[in-house]
Amino acid sequence: MDPVAGEVTATMLTARIRKELRVAGASSFLLDVSIEVSPGITILFGASGAGKSTLLDCVAGLTRPDEGRIAVGADVLFDSSLEIHIPAPKRRIAYVFQTLALFPHLSAEENVVYGLKHLREEQRRERAEAILRAFHIEKLRKQKPGELSGGEKQRIALARSLVTEPRVLLLDEPLTGLDAERKVAIVDDLRAWNTAKGIPILYVTHSREEVDALGERVIALENGSVVSAGVPMDVLDAPRRKKLAQAAGFENLLSATVLDLREADGVMRVRLGDSPCEIEVPLGYAAVGDRVQVAVRAGDILLAAERPHGLSARNLIEGRIISLERRGTMVIARVDCGVTFVVHVTPGAVRALDLTAGQRVWLVLKTYSCHLVD
Amino acid sequence: MEALWLSMKLAACVAAILLVIGMPVAYWLAYSNWRGKFLLESLVALPLVLPPTVLGFYALLAMGPRGPLGKLWIALFGHGLAFTFTGLILASVLYSFPFAVQPLIVSFEGVDQKLLDASAVLGAGSLRTFWRVILPLSLPGVVTAVVLSFAHTLGEFGVVLMVGGNLAGVTRTVSIDIYDRVQSLQYAEANRMALVLLAISFSVLSVVYAVNRRVWTPWPAK
Repeated sequence: MDPVAGEVTATMLTARIRKELRVAGASSFLLDVSIEVSPGITILFGASGAGKSTLLDCVAGLTRPDEGRIAVGADVLFDSSLEIHIPAPKRRIAYVFQTLALFPHLSAEENVVYGLKHLREEQRRERAEAILRAFHIEKLRKQKPGELSGGEKQRIALARSLVTEPRVLLLDEPLTGLDAERKVAIVDDLRAWNTAKGIPILYVTHSREEVDALGERVIALENGSVVSAGVPMDVLDAPRRKKLAQAAGFENLLSATVLDLREADGVMRVRLGDSPCEIEVPLGYAAVGDRVQVAVRAGDILLAAERPHGLSARNLIEGRIISLERRGTMVIARVDCGVTFVVHVTPGAVRALDLTAGQRVWLVLKTYSCHLVD
Repeated sequence: MEALWLSMKLAACVAAILLVIGMPVAYWLAYSNWRGKFLLESLVALPLVLPPTVLGFYALLAMGPRGPLGKLWIALFGHGLAFTFTGLILASVLYSFPFAVQPLIVSFEGVDQKLLDASAVLGAGSLRTFWRVILPLSLPGVVTAVVLSFAHTLGEFGVVLMVGGNLAGVTRTVSIDIYDRVQSLQYAEANRMALVLLAISFSVLSVVYAVNRRVWTPWPAK
Protein backbone atom coordinates (compact mmCIF):
# COMPACT_ATOMS: atom_id res chain seq x y z
CA MET A 1 0.00 0.00 0.00
CA ASP A 2 2.61 2.51 1.07
CA PRO A 3 6.06 1.55 -0.17
CA VAL A 4 7.89 4.73 0.83
CA ALA A 5 6.81 4.77 4.48
CA GLY A 6 9.79 4.30 6.73
CA GLU A 7 12.40 5.79 4.45
CA VAL A 8 11.63 9.46 4.42
CA THR A 9 14.34 11.50 2.81
CA ALA A 10 15.25 14.99 3.92
CA THR A 11 13.46 17.34 1.57
CA MET A 12 12.39 20.93 1.66
CA LEU A 13 8.83 22.19 1.85
CA THR A 14 8.14 24.99 -0.59
CA ALA A 15 4.84 26.82 -0.65
CA ARG A 16 3.53 29.73 -2.65
CA ILE A 17 -0.01 30.41 -1.53
CA ARG A 18 -2.62 33.00 -2.36
CA LYS A 19 -5.91 32.62 -0.55
CA GLU A 20 -8.64 35.14 -0.03
CA LEU A 21 -10.91 34.56 2.92
CA ARG A 22 -14.30 36.12 2.57
CA VAL A 23 -15.49 37.29 5.92
CA ALA A 24 -19.10 38.16 6.67
CA GLY A 25 -19.41 41.93 6.34
CA ALA A 26 -17.24 44.19 4.27
CA SER A 27 -13.65 43.25 5.06
CA SER A 28 -11.89 40.28 3.52
CA PHE A 29 -8.51 38.82 4.34
CA LEU A 30 -5.80 38.01 1.84
CA LEU A 31 -3.04 35.52 2.54
CA ASP A 32 -0.27 35.94 0.00
CA VAL A 33 3.00 34.24 0.93
CA SER A 34 5.91 32.35 -0.47
CA ILE A 35 7.95 30.30 2.00
CA GLU A 36 10.65 27.68 2.08
CA VAL A 37 11.05 25.37 5.04
CA SER A 38 14.19 23.25 5.20
CA PRO A 39 14.66 20.27 7.55
CA GLY A 40 14.68 21.28 11.22
CA ILE A 41 12.45 23.63 13.17
CA THR A 42 11.26 26.82 11.51
CA ILE A 43 9.12 29.18 13.54
CA LEU A 44 6.13 30.86 11.95
CA PHE A 45 5.68 33.95 14.05
CA GLY A 46 2.80 36.42 14.02
CA ALA A 47 -0.16 37.87 15.89
CA SER A 48 -3.51 36.11 15.91
CA GLY A 49 -5.26 36.89 12.65
CA ALA A 50 -1.98 37.17 10.71
CA GLY A 51 -2.89 34.09 8.65
CA LYS A 52 -0.73 31.45 10.33
CA SER A 53 -3.44 28.82 10.71
CA THR A 54 -4.76 29.41 7.19
CA LEU A 55 -1.25 28.86 5.87
CA LEU A 56 -0.94 25.55 7.76
CA ASP A 57 -4.42 24.45 6.61
CA CYS A 58 -3.40 25.06 2.99
CA VAL A 59 -0.18 23.06 3.37
CA ALA A 60 -2.03 20.19 5.07
CA GLY A 61 -4.69 20.13 2.35
CA LEU A 62 -7.60 21.07 4.60
CA THR A 63 -8.07 24.36 2.76
CA ARG A 64 -7.65 24.84 -0.96
CA PRO A 65 -5.62 27.91 -1.97
CA ASP A 66 -6.97 30.13 -4.75
CA GLU A 67 -3.63 30.10 -6.44
CA GLY A 68 -0.09 28.83 -5.93
CA ARG A 69 2.07 25.75 -5.63
CA ILE A 70 2.92 23.53 -2.66
CA ALA A 71 5.59 20.86 -2.88
CA VAL A 72 7.74 18.63 -0.71
CA GLY A 73 11.00 18.17 -2.57
CA ALA A 74 10.01 17.31 -6.14
CA ASP A 75 6.63 15.96 -5.09
CA VAL A 76 3.87 18.45 -5.95
CA LEU A 77 0.93 18.50 -3.52
CA PHE A 78 -0.88 21.47 -5.00
CA ASP A 79 -0.48 23.41 -8.20
CA SER A 80 -3.26 25.71 -9.36
CA SER A 81 -1.92 26.00 -12.92
CA LEU A 82 -1.70 22.20 -13.31
CA GLU A 83 -4.96 21.63 -11.40
CA ILE A 84 -3.21 19.39 -8.90
CA HIS A 85 -4.80 19.14 -5.46
CA ILE A 86 -3.77 16.07 -3.48
CA PRO A 87 -6.41 15.50 -0.75
CA ALA A 88 -5.29 15.75 2.88
CA PRO A 89 -5.34 11.99 3.66
CA LYS A 90 -2.82 11.34 0.86
CA ARG A 91 -0.33 14.13 1.63
CA ARG A 92 1.59 12.49 4.46
CA ILE A 93 1.89 15.81 6.23
CA ALA A 94 1.41 15.64 9.98
CA TYR A 95 -0.52 18.41 11.69
CA VAL A 96 -0.83 18.95 15.44
CA PHE A 97 -3.65 21.35 16.17
CA GLN A 98 -3.75 23.91 18.92
CA THR A 99 -6.65 21.98 20.48
CA LEU A 100 -4.67 18.74 19.84
CA ALA A 101 -7.90 17.03 18.64
CA LEU A 102 -7.22 13.69 20.31
CA PHE A 103 -10.07 11.24 19.76
CA PRO A 104 -11.86 11.25 23.14
CA HIS A 105 -13.34 7.76 22.77
CA LEU A 106 -10.00 6.06 22.03
CA SER A 107 -7.20 5.23 24.45
CA ALA A 108 -3.81 6.90 24.12
CA GLU A 109 -2.44 3.88 22.27
CA GLU A 110 -5.46 3.63 19.97
CA ASN A 111 -5.01 7.32 19.17
CA VAL A 112 -1.36 6.72 18.35
CA VAL A 113 -1.99 3.80 15.95
CA TYR A 114 -4.93 5.54 14.25
CA GLY A 115 -2.85 6.58 11.24
CA LEU A 116 -1.22 3.15 10.80
CA LYS A 117 -4.09 1.13 9.35
CA HIS A 118 -2.03 0.31 6.23
CA LEU A 119 0.49 -1.68 8.31
CA ARG A 120 0.32 -5.24 9.57
CA GLU A 121 -0.55 -5.80 13.22
CA GLU A 122 3.01 -6.58 14.42
CA GLN A 123 4.57 -3.65 12.55
CA ARG A 124 1.89 -1.40 13.96
CA ARG A 125 2.69 -2.55 17.50
CA GLU A 126 6.42 -2.11 16.90
CA ARG A 127 6.09 1.45 15.62
CA ALA A 128 3.69 2.44 18.40
CA GLU A 129 6.06 0.99 20.97
CA ALA A 130 9.02 2.96 19.64
CA ILE A 131 7.22 6.28 19.50
CA LEU A 132 5.58 5.83 22.93
CA ARG A 133 9.07 5.29 24.35
CA ALA A 134 10.58 8.23 22.44
CA PHE A 135 8.01 10.57 23.96
CA HIS A 136 8.01 8.92 27.41
CA ILE A 137 4.33 8.00 27.42
CA GLU A 138 4.47 4.18 27.57
CA LYS A 139 2.67 4.18 30.91
CA LEU A 140 -0.32 6.12 29.57
CA ARG A 141 -1.27 3.76 26.75
CA LYS A 142 -4.55 2.50 28.25
CA GLN A 143 -5.82 5.90 29.38
CA LYS A 144 -8.41 8.01 27.59
CA PRO A 145 -7.57 11.64 26.76
CA GLY A 146 -10.08 12.84 29.36
CA GLU A 147 -7.94 11.30 32.11
CA LEU A 148 -4.67 12.92 31.03
CA SER A 149 -2.97 16.18 31.89
CA GLY A 150 -2.30 18.90 29.33
CA GLY A 151 1.36 17.99 28.87
CA GLU A 152 0.58 14.28 28.52
CA LYS A 153 -2.04 15.02 25.87
CA GLN A 154 0.45 17.17 23.97
CA ARG A 155 2.96 14.30 23.96
CA ILE A 156 0.33 11.86 22.69
CA ALA A 157 -0.77 14.25 19.95
CA LEU A 158 2.84 14.59 18.82
CA ALA A 159 3.39 10.82 18.93
CA ARG A 160 0.17 10.21 16.97
CA SER A 161 1.36 12.53 14.20
CA LEU A 162 4.97 11.40 14.06
CA VAL A 163 4.35 7.66 14.16
CA THR A 164 3.03 7.88 10.58
CA GLU A 165 6.53 8.91 9.41
CA PRO A 166 5.31 12.15 7.82
CA ARG A 167 7.31 14.18 5.31
CA VAL A 168 6.53 17.48 7.04
CA LEU A 169 5.31 18.33 10.54
CA LEU A 170 3.01 21.29 11.16
CA LEU A 171 2.56 22.44 14.74
CA ASP A 172 -0.08 25.06 15.52
CA GLU A 173 0.83 26.47 18.95
CA PRO A 174 0.89 22.96 20.36
CA LEU A 175 2.56 23.81 23.63
CA THR A 176 0.45 26.71 24.87
CA GLY A 177 -0.47 26.45 28.50
CA LEU A 178 2.65 24.55 29.52
CA ASP A 179 5.25 25.95 31.88
CA ALA A 180 8.69 26.61 30.43
CA GLU A 181 10.29 23.52 31.93
CA ARG A 182 7.79 21.06 30.46
CA LYS A 183 7.86 22.89 27.15
CA VAL A 184 11.62 22.47 26.93
CA ALA A 185 11.34 18.77 27.82
CA ILE A 186 8.86 18.11 25.02
CA VAL A 187 10.83 20.16 22.50
CA ASP A 188 13.99 18.22 23.43
CA ASP A 189 12.18 14.95 22.68
CA LEU A 190 10.96 16.39 19.40
CA ARG A 191 14.48 17.49 18.43
CA ALA A 192 15.91 14.10 19.36
CA TRP A 193 13.32 12.40 17.17
CA ASN A 194 14.03 14.75 14.28
CA THR A 195 17.83 14.33 14.32
CA ALA A 196 17.18 10.86 12.94
CA LYS A 197 14.39 11.81 10.53
CA GLY A 198 15.40 15.30 9.45
CA ILE A 199 12.03 16.56 8.23
CA PRO A 200 10.92 20.19 7.95
CA ILE A 201 8.95 21.26 11.01
CA LEU A 202 6.86 24.42 10.82
CA TYR A 203 6.10 25.62 14.33
CA VAL A 204 3.49 28.35 14.78
CA THR A 205 3.65 30.61 17.78
CA HIS A 206 2.95 34.17 18.82
CA SER A 207 5.22 33.94 21.86
CA ARG A 208 8.54 35.72 21.71
CA GLU A 209 10.04 33.38 24.33
CA GLU A 210 9.29 30.33 22.21
CA VAL A 211 11.06 31.94 19.27
CA ASP A 212 14.19 32.47 21.36
CA ALA A 213 14.01 28.97 22.83
CA LEU A 214 13.38 26.97 19.67
CA GLY A 215 14.09 28.89 16.59
CA GLU A 216 16.75 27.98 14.14
CA ARG A 217 14.90 30.09 11.62
CA VAL A 218 11.94 32.43 11.84
CA ILE A 219 9.35 33.54 9.32
CA ALA A 220 7.39 36.57 10.52
CA LEU A 221 3.87 36.89 9.17
CA GLU A 222 1.74 39.98 9.36
CA ASN A 223 -1.66 40.61 7.80
CA GLY A 224 -1.25 37.70 5.43
CA SER A 225 2.23 38.58 4.18
CA VAL A 226 5.74 37.55 5.12
CA VAL A 227 7.40 40.65 6.60
CA SER A 228 10.76 39.06 7.27
CA ALA A 229 12.54 35.73 7.39
CA GLY A 230 15.91 34.59 8.74
CA VAL A 231 17.52 33.69 12.04
CA PRO A 232 15.72 35.00 15.15
CA MET A 233 18.31 37.68 15.96
CA ASP A 234 18.05 39.28 12.53
CA VAL A 235 14.32 39.04 12.21
CA LEU A 236 13.31 40.23 15.62
CA ASP A 237 16.04 42.78 16.37
CA ALA A 238 16.05 44.47 12.99
CA PRO A 239 14.83 48.04 12.55
CA ARG A 240 11.47 46.52 11.77
CA ARG A 241 10.99 45.89 15.45
CA LYS A 242 8.09 48.29 15.39
CA LYS A 243 6.23 46.13 12.91
CA LEU A 244 6.98 43.11 14.97
CA ALA A 245 5.60 44.70 18.09
CA GLN A 246 2.41 43.86 16.36
CA ALA A 247 3.53 40.33 15.75
CA ALA A 248 4.45 40.04 19.42
CA GLY A 249 0.83 40.23 20.39
CA PHE A 250 -0.09 43.88 19.84
CA GLU A 251 -2.87 43.60 17.31
CA ASN A 252 -3.47 47.36 17.44
CA LEU A 253 -0.59 49.56 16.38
CA LEU A 254 -1.72 53.14 15.90
CA SER A 255 0.23 56.25 15.04
CA ALA A 256 -0.67 59.22 17.22
CA THR A 257 0.20 62.86 17.83
CA VAL A 258 1.06 64.07 21.32
CA LEU A 259 -1.37 66.82 22.44
CA ASP A 260 -0.20 67.60 25.96
CA LEU A 261 1.95 66.19 28.75
CA ARG A 262 0.71 65.82 32.32
CA GLU A 263 3.91 65.04 34.13
CA ALA A 264 2.33 65.14 37.61
CA ASP A 265 -0.06 62.33 36.64
CA GLY A 266 2.57 60.42 34.63
CA VAL A 267 0.37 60.50 31.53
CA MET A 268 -0.04 62.33 28.25
CA ARG A 269 -2.90 62.86 25.85
CA VAL A 270 -2.53 61.82 22.22
CA ARG A 271 -4.73 62.05 19.14
CA LEU A 272 -5.00 58.81 17.16
CA GLY A 273 -4.18 59.16 13.45
CA ASP A 274 -6.28 61.83 11.76
CA SER A 275 -9.32 60.94 13.80
CA PRO A 276 -10.91 63.14 16.45
CA CYS A 277 -10.17 60.29 18.84
CA GLU A 278 -8.08 61.37 21.88
CA ILE A 279 -6.77 58.96 24.48
CA GLU A 280 -4.58 59.08 27.57
CA VAL A 281 -1.40 56.99 27.52
CA PRO A 282 1.56 56.57 29.89
CA LEU A 283 4.04 59.44 29.76
CA GLY A 284 6.91 58.79 27.34
CA TYR A 285 9.95 60.68 26.05
CA ALA A 286 8.05 62.95 23.74
CA ALA A 287 7.21 66.59 23.22
CA VAL A 288 3.90 68.15 22.24
CA GLY A 289 3.37 67.68 18.52
CA ASP A 290 5.60 64.56 18.28
CA ARG A 291 4.40 61.52 16.37
CA VAL A 292 4.40 58.34 18.47
CA GLN A 293 3.25 54.72 18.03
CA VAL A 294 0.71 53.35 20.49
CA ALA A 295 0.35 49.56 20.76
CA VAL A 296 -2.65 47.91 22.41
CA ARG A 297 -3.40 44.21 22.72
CA ALA A 298 -6.77 43.21 21.30
CA GLY A 299 -7.39 41.21 24.45
CA ASP A 300 -6.82 44.24 26.70
CA ILE A 301 -9.73 46.24 25.29
CA LEU A 302 -13.15 46.09 26.91
CA LEU A 303 -16.16 46.32 24.66
CA ALA A 304 -19.47 47.70 25.99
CA ALA A 305 -22.84 47.70 24.24
CA GLU A 306 -23.98 50.75 26.24
CA ARG A 307 -22.06 53.79 27.45
CA PRO A 308 -20.48 52.61 30.71
CA HIS A 309 -20.30 54.81 33.83
CA GLY A 310 -18.09 55.02 36.89
CA LEU A 311 -14.98 53.40 35.45
CA SER A 312 -11.43 53.93 36.61
CA ALA A 313 -10.26 53.50 33.03
CA ARG A 314 -9.54 56.87 31.45
CA ASN A 315 -10.26 56.11 27.83
CA LEU A 316 -13.80 55.66 26.61
CA ILE A 317 -14.11 55.63 22.82
CA GLU A 318 -17.35 55.46 20.88
CA GLY A 319 -17.38 53.45 17.66
CA ARG A 320 -19.25 51.13 15.38
CA ILE A 321 -18.61 47.41 14.76
CA ILE A 322 -17.36 46.80 11.23
CA SER A 323 -17.14 43.04 11.38
CA LEU A 324 -17.19 40.05 13.73
CA GLU A 325 -15.15 37.04 12.81
CA ARG A 326 -15.07 33.77 14.70
CA ARG A 327 -11.61 32.20 15.18
CA GLY A 328 -11.82 29.02 17.18
CA THR A 329 -13.06 29.97 20.64
CA MET A 330 -12.45 33.67 20.06
CA VAL A 331 -14.29 36.35 18.14
CA ILE A 332 -12.29 39.10 16.47
CA ALA A 333 -14.26 42.33 16.35
CA ARG A 334 -13.14 45.22 14.17
CA VAL A 335 -14.46 48.51 15.48
CA ASP A 336 -14.38 51.80 13.58
CA CYS A 337 -13.70 54.75 15.89
CA GLY A 338 -12.15 57.01 13.26
CA VAL A 339 -9.28 54.56 13.45
CA THR A 340 -9.96 50.84 13.37
CA PHE A 341 -9.47 48.85 16.55
CA VAL A 342 -9.19 45.06 16.72
CA VAL A 343 -10.84 43.70 19.85
CA HIS A 344 -10.95 40.10 21.06
CA VAL A 345 -14.16 39.00 22.73
CA THR A 346 -15.54 35.61 23.69
CA PRO A 347 -18.40 33.98 21.75
CA GLY A 348 -20.36 34.12 25.00
CA ALA A 349 -19.97 37.89 25.16
CA VAL A 350 -21.13 38.23 21.54
CA ARG A 351 -24.27 36.28 22.43
CA ALA A 352 -24.89 38.03 25.75
CA LEU A 353 -24.52 41.52 24.25
CA ASP A 354 -26.17 40.46 21.00
CA LEU A 355 -23.35 42.07 19.01
CA THR A 356 -23.81 42.56 15.26
CA ALA A 357 -21.94 44.41 12.54
CA GLY A 358 -23.00 48.03 12.35
CA GLN A 359 -23.83 48.23 16.05
CA ARG A 360 -22.76 51.25 18.15
CA VAL A 361 -20.35 50.23 20.92
CA TRP A 362 -17.94 51.77 23.40
CA LEU A 363 -14.33 50.68 23.88
CA VAL A 364 -12.69 50.98 27.27
CA LEU A 365 -8.88 51.22 27.40
CA LYS A 366 -6.88 51.42 30.58
CA THR A 367 -4.09 53.97 30.35
CA TYR A 368 -1.52 51.32 31.19
CA SER A 369 -2.82 48.94 28.52
CA CYS A 370 -1.64 51.49 25.96
CA HIS A 371 2.04 50.91 25.25
CA LEU A 372 4.33 53.35 23.51
CA VAL A 373 6.65 51.65 21.05
CA ASP A 374 9.50 53.01 18.93
CA MET B 1 -51.75 -9.98 22.52
CA GLU B 2 -51.43 -10.78 18.85
CA ALA B 3 -51.83 -7.06 18.14
CA LEU B 4 -49.04 -6.11 20.55
CA TRP B 5 -46.69 -8.66 19.00
CA LEU B 6 -47.52 -7.30 15.54
CA SER B 7 -46.83 -3.73 16.65
CA MET B 8 -43.51 -4.76 18.17
CA LYS B 9 -42.51 -6.53 14.98
CA LEU B 10 -43.50 -3.52 12.89
CA ALA B 11 -41.66 -1.08 15.15
CA ALA B 12 -38.50 -3.21 15.19
CA CYS B 13 -38.46 -3.53 11.38
CA VAL B 14 -39.04 0.19 10.92
CA ALA B 15 -36.35 1.16 13.47
CA ALA B 16 -33.82 -1.13 11.77
CA ILE B 17 -34.62 0.15 8.28
CA LEU B 18 -34.52 3.75 9.44
CA LEU B 19 -31.14 3.27 11.09
CA VAL B 20 -29.70 2.01 7.81
CA ILE B 21 -31.18 4.64 5.50
CA GLY B 22 -31.20 7.40 8.12
CA MET B 23 -27.42 7.45 8.58
CA PRO B 24 -26.41 8.39 5.02
CA VAL B 25 -29.24 10.92 4.78
CA ALA B 26 -28.27 12.49 8.13
CA TYR B 27 -24.59 12.48 7.15
CA TRP B 28 -25.36 14.30 3.96
CA LEU B 29 -27.63 16.82 5.69
CA ALA B 30 -25.05 17.44 8.41
CA TYR B 31 -22.03 17.98 6.16
CA SER B 32 -23.25 19.12 2.75
CA ASN B 33 -22.73 22.72 1.72
CA TRP B 34 -25.36 22.60 -0.98
CA ARG B 35 -27.43 25.79 -1.03
CA GLY B 36 -30.73 24.05 -1.59
CA LYS B 37 -30.21 21.83 1.45
CA PHE B 38 -33.09 23.51 3.30
CA LEU B 39 -35.54 21.97 0.80
CA LEU B 40 -34.49 18.46 1.69
CA GLU B 41 -34.46 19.37 5.37
CA SER B 42 -38.09 20.52 5.10
CA LEU B 43 -39.01 17.36 3.23
CA VAL B 44 -37.45 15.19 5.94
CA ALA B 45 -39.24 17.12 8.69
CA LEU B 46 -42.60 17.08 6.86
CA PRO B 47 -44.10 14.08 8.72
CA LEU B 48 -43.69 16.05 11.97
CA VAL B 49 -46.35 18.55 10.95
CA LEU B 50 -48.37 16.65 8.38
CA PRO B 51 -51.59 15.04 9.74
CA PRO B 52 -51.04 11.25 9.73
CA THR B 53 -54.21 10.80 7.72
CA VAL B 54 -52.82 13.02 4.96
CA LEU B 55 -49.59 11.05 4.83
CA GLY B 56 -51.56 7.80 5.00
CA PHE B 57 -53.90 8.97 2.25
CA TYR B 58 -51.08 9.68 -0.20
CA ALA B 59 -49.27 6.50 0.81
CA LEU B 60 -52.47 4.57 0.12
CA LEU B 61 -52.84 6.21 -3.30
CA ALA B 62 -49.23 5.38 -4.17
CA MET B 63 -49.55 1.79 -2.99
CA GLY B 64 -52.98 1.09 -4.40
CA PRO B 65 -53.32 -1.11 -7.51
CA ARG B 66 -53.36 2.05 -9.68
CA GLY B 67 -50.60 3.87 -7.81
CA PRO B 68 -47.03 3.80 -9.14
CA LEU B 69 -45.66 1.84 -6.20
CA GLY B 70 -48.57 -0.57 -6.17
CA LYS B 71 -48.20 -1.25 -9.92
CA LEU B 72 -44.49 -1.88 -9.51
CA TRP B 73 -45.12 -4.23 -6.61
CA ILE B 74 -47.75 -6.21 -8.51
CA ALA B 75 -45.35 -6.55 -11.45
CA LEU B 76 -42.57 -7.75 -9.15
CA PHE B 77 -44.38 -9.95 -6.63
CA GLY B 78 -47.79 -10.59 -8.07
CA HIS B 79 -49.76 -8.93 -5.25
CA GLY B 80 -50.53 -5.36 -4.13
CA LEU B 81 -49.00 -3.37 -1.30
CA ALA B 82 -52.03 -1.78 0.36
CA PHE B 83 -53.40 -3.63 3.39
CA THR B 84 -50.23 -5.76 3.75
CA PHE B 85 -47.58 -5.82 6.45
CA THR B 86 -44.90 -4.71 3.95
CA GLY B 87 -47.05 -1.74 2.94
CA LEU B 88 -47.39 -0.89 6.60
CA ILE B 89 -43.61 -0.94 7.02
CA LEU B 90 -43.12 1.36 4.03
CA ALA B 91 -45.67 3.90 5.26
CA SER B 92 -44.28 3.76 8.80
CA VAL B 93 -40.74 4.35 7.57
CA LEU B 94 -41.94 7.57 5.94
CA TYR B 95 -43.95 8.53 8.99
CA SER B 96 -41.10 8.01 11.49
CA PHE B 97 -38.33 9.32 9.23
CA PRO B 98 -37.72 12.63 11.05
CA PHE B 99 -37.57 10.87 14.41
CA ALA B 100 -34.59 8.85 13.21
CA VAL B 101 -32.87 11.51 11.09
CA GLN B 102 -33.07 14.56 13.36
CA PRO B 103 -31.19 13.06 16.35
CA LEU B 104 -28.56 11.70 13.95
CA ILE B 105 -28.06 15.11 12.31
CA VAL B 106 -27.76 16.83 15.67
CA SER B 107 -25.17 14.37 16.95
CA PHE B 108 -23.17 14.29 13.69
CA GLU B 109 -23.03 18.09 13.69
CA GLY B 110 -21.93 18.01 17.31
CA VAL B 111 -18.67 16.22 16.47
CA ASP B 112 -15.77 18.68 16.61
CA GLN B 113 -14.63 19.62 13.08
CA LYS B 114 -11.01 19.49 14.31
CA LEU B 115 -11.38 15.75 15.01
CA LEU B 116 -12.46 15.22 11.41
CA ASP B 117 -9.48 17.29 10.21
CA ALA B 118 -7.17 15.27 12.48
CA SER B 119 -8.55 12.04 11.04
CA ALA B 120 -8.00 13.33 7.48
CA VAL B 121 -4.38 14.36 8.01
CA LEU B 122 -3.75 10.94 9.61
CA GLY B 123 -4.66 9.40 6.27
CA ALA B 124 -8.27 8.38 6.83
CA GLY B 125 -10.82 8.82 4.04
CA SER B 126 -14.36 9.97 4.81
CA LEU B 127 -15.71 6.42 5.23
CA ARG B 128 -13.09 5.48 7.81
CA THR B 129 -13.55 8.82 9.55
CA PHE B 130 -17.27 8.09 9.75
CA TRP B 131 -16.90 4.61 11.26
CA ARG B 132 -13.99 5.36 13.59
CA VAL B 133 -14.75 8.91 14.74
CA ILE B 134 -18.18 10.28 13.86
CA LEU B 135 -20.27 7.20 14.63
CA PRO B 136 -18.69 6.27 18.00
CA LEU B 137 -18.96 9.88 19.16
CA SER B 138 -22.59 10.02 18.00
CA LEU B 139 -23.68 6.95 19.93
CA PRO B 140 -26.19 8.81 22.12
CA GLY B 141 -27.76 10.19 18.92
CA VAL B 142 -27.91 6.71 17.37
CA VAL B 143 -29.58 5.27 20.46
CA THR B 144 -32.03 8.17 20.49
CA ALA B 145 -32.80 7.69 16.80
CA VAL B 146 -33.49 3.95 17.17
CA VAL B 147 -35.52 4.30 20.34
CA LEU B 148 -37.60 7.22 19.07
CA SER B 149 -38.42 5.64 15.72
CA PHE B 150 -39.34 2.41 17.53
CA ALA B 151 -41.60 4.18 20.01
CA HIS B 152 -43.14 6.46 17.43
CA THR B 153 -44.00 3.55 15.16
CA LEU B 154 -45.40 1.57 18.07
CA GLY B 155 -47.97 4.26 18.79
CA GLU B 156 -49.03 5.26 15.28
CA PHE B 157 -52.69 5.13 14.42
CA GLY B 158 -53.76 7.31 11.54
CA VAL B 159 -51.26 6.08 8.96
CA VAL B 160 -51.86 2.43 9.87
CA LEU B 161 -55.58 2.83 9.59
CA MET B 162 -55.32 4.44 6.15
CA VAL B 163 -52.74 2.11 4.64
CA GLY B 164 -53.21 -1.11 6.57
CA GLY B 165 -56.86 -1.18 7.44
CA ASN B 166 -57.75 -3.54 10.23
CA LEU B 167 -56.85 -7.16 9.42
CA ALA B 168 -56.24 -9.32 12.47
CA GLY B 169 -52.66 -10.64 12.56
CA VAL B 170 -51.64 -8.71 9.43
CA THR B 171 -52.26 -5.01 10.02
CA ARG B 172 -54.22 -4.75 13.27
CA THR B 173 -51.64 -3.05 15.46
CA VAL B 174 -52.06 -2.42 19.15
CA SER B 175 -53.37 1.13 18.85
CA ILE B 176 -56.03 0.01 16.41
CA ASP B 177 -56.87 -2.89 18.65
CA ILE B 178 -57.40 -0.52 21.57
CA TYR B 179 -59.67 1.64 19.44
CA ASP B 180 -61.69 -1.42 18.39
CA ARG B 181 -62.14 -2.57 21.97
CA VAL B 182 -63.26 0.83 23.14
CA GLN B 183 -65.78 0.90 20.28
CA SER B 184 -67.17 -2.45 21.42
CA LEU B 185 -67.14 -1.29 25.09
CA GLN B 186 -64.46 -3.81 26.20
CA TYR B 187 -62.90 -1.27 28.56
CA ALA B 188 -60.98 -3.78 30.67
CA GLU B 189 -59.07 -5.21 27.70
CA ALA B 190 -58.52 -1.75 26.22
CA ASN B 191 -57.08 -0.62 29.53
CA ARG B 192 -54.72 -3.58 29.74
CA MET B 193 -53.27 -2.80 26.31
CA ALA B 194 -53.16 0.92 26.97
CA LEU B 195 -51.23 0.35 30.19
CA VAL B 196 -48.66 -1.78 28.37
CA LEU B 197 -48.18 0.97 25.77
CA LEU B 198 -47.92 3.59 28.49
CA ALA B 199 -45.24 1.58 30.29
CA ILE B 200 -43.27 1.00 27.10
CA SER B 201 -43.44 4.65 26.07
CA PHE B 202 -42.25 5.81 29.46
CA SER B 203 -39.32 3.38 29.62
CA VAL B 204 -38.30 4.26 26.10
CA LEU B 205 -38.28 7.99 26.82
CA SER B 206 -36.33 7.40 30.04
CA VAL B 207 -33.65 5.68 27.98
CA VAL B 208 -33.49 8.63 25.57
CA TYR B 209 -33.21 11.21 28.31
CA ALA B 210 -30.69 9.16 30.30
CA VAL B 211 -28.46 8.76 27.25
CA ASN B 212 -28.63 12.43 26.38
CA ARG B 213 -27.98 13.51 29.94
CA ARG B 214 -24.92 11.27 29.86
CA VAL B 215 -26.17 9.23 32.81
CA TRP B 216 -24.74 6.39 30.81
CA THR B 217 -22.10 6.93 28.12
CA PRO B 218 -19.55 4.70 26.47
CA TRP B 219 -16.66 6.92 27.54
CA PRO B 220 -15.97 8.77 30.79
CA ALA B 221 -17.10 12.39 30.94
CA LYS B 222 -14.23 14.81 30.70
